[in-house]
Amino acid sequence: MQPKAEIVHWMFATGFLMLGLCLLAEALVGPEVWARRAWRPYLWPGLAFFMGVWMWPVMVFFTNSAIHTLAHGSWAQVMMLCGGAELALVRGKLHNPLWRLTTALAFVVSGAALLIHEQNGWLFQRSAFLHHALGWWLLGCSVFAIGRALKPRMVVWQTGFAVTFVLVAAMLYCDRDLAPIFGHLSNVAGAPHR
Amino acid sequence: MNVIASRLARTRTWRARLIGTLGPATATAGFVWAVIQPYRITLLHPDGQGFWWLVAEPPLWVLLVGLAFARYVAPGLIEDLDAAEG
Repeated sequence: MQPKAEIVHWMFATGFLMLGLCLLAEALVGPEVWARRAWRPYLWPGLAFFMGVWMWPVMVFFTNSAIHTLAHGSWAQVMMLCGGAELALVRGKLHNPLWRLTTALAFVVSGAALLIHEQNGWLFQRSAFLHHALGWWLLGCSVFAIGRALKPRMVVWQTGFAVTFVLVAAMLYCDRDLAPIFGHLSNVAGAPHR
Repeated sequence: MNVIASRLARTRTWRARLIGTLGPATATAGFVWAVIQPYRITLLHPDGQGFWWLVAEPPLWVLLVGLAFARYVAPGLIEDLDAAEG
């Protein structure tokens, strides 16, 4: 009855896609218009926090090695941290906008965890490729998160931040438990099961 | 003054249109994906599929995200954008 890991990745991809669309819309209209309805500013940090909470059961039920468990646990922690900090900023419990740097921290930790916990090369199989691609993508895009924390009104940071999530969603949708990548599949990876 | 006002109106229309197309564009992407990879839609060949394989329909999820955004987020946002700049 437990869903396969790839299905869980697709569920998170759906969450990230919604997150990306909301952030893109916010970048287009600006924070003042976005905040005109009280529920809207809570949307993205709430979703980030919610996905962080759900990362814990993923860590418990879908990991099969210590390094895998640590990676998923670190994602759960940083997603909850950045979601919580952004929620507190919206609510007025926190005032210093530099708390937004927790999101940059989440990007760096997530990217590093993806790269460190992937023990195989880029073309070993599809999930290995996606771990490398996602890891470097998140590390690179931490620039947008830092820019958004320091200069929140600059459209380039906001748009880059939003596009980061849309592409993370696209990459997560590409995930398969065991599948070739660009025609490559290592002999020791096993047989593709679907 | 009229030139500035007309430029503002053009900008507003452009931004509002872009917000309005985000949802349909996402939904279209999901639909195109479903057409290109119909085997991803297990509902089309449900025999022998387990519960999760019948629930997991990524192209349909993308389509639903687009529709949800278009239905629940975009209209109010466009309204607020018009009110703020109008």
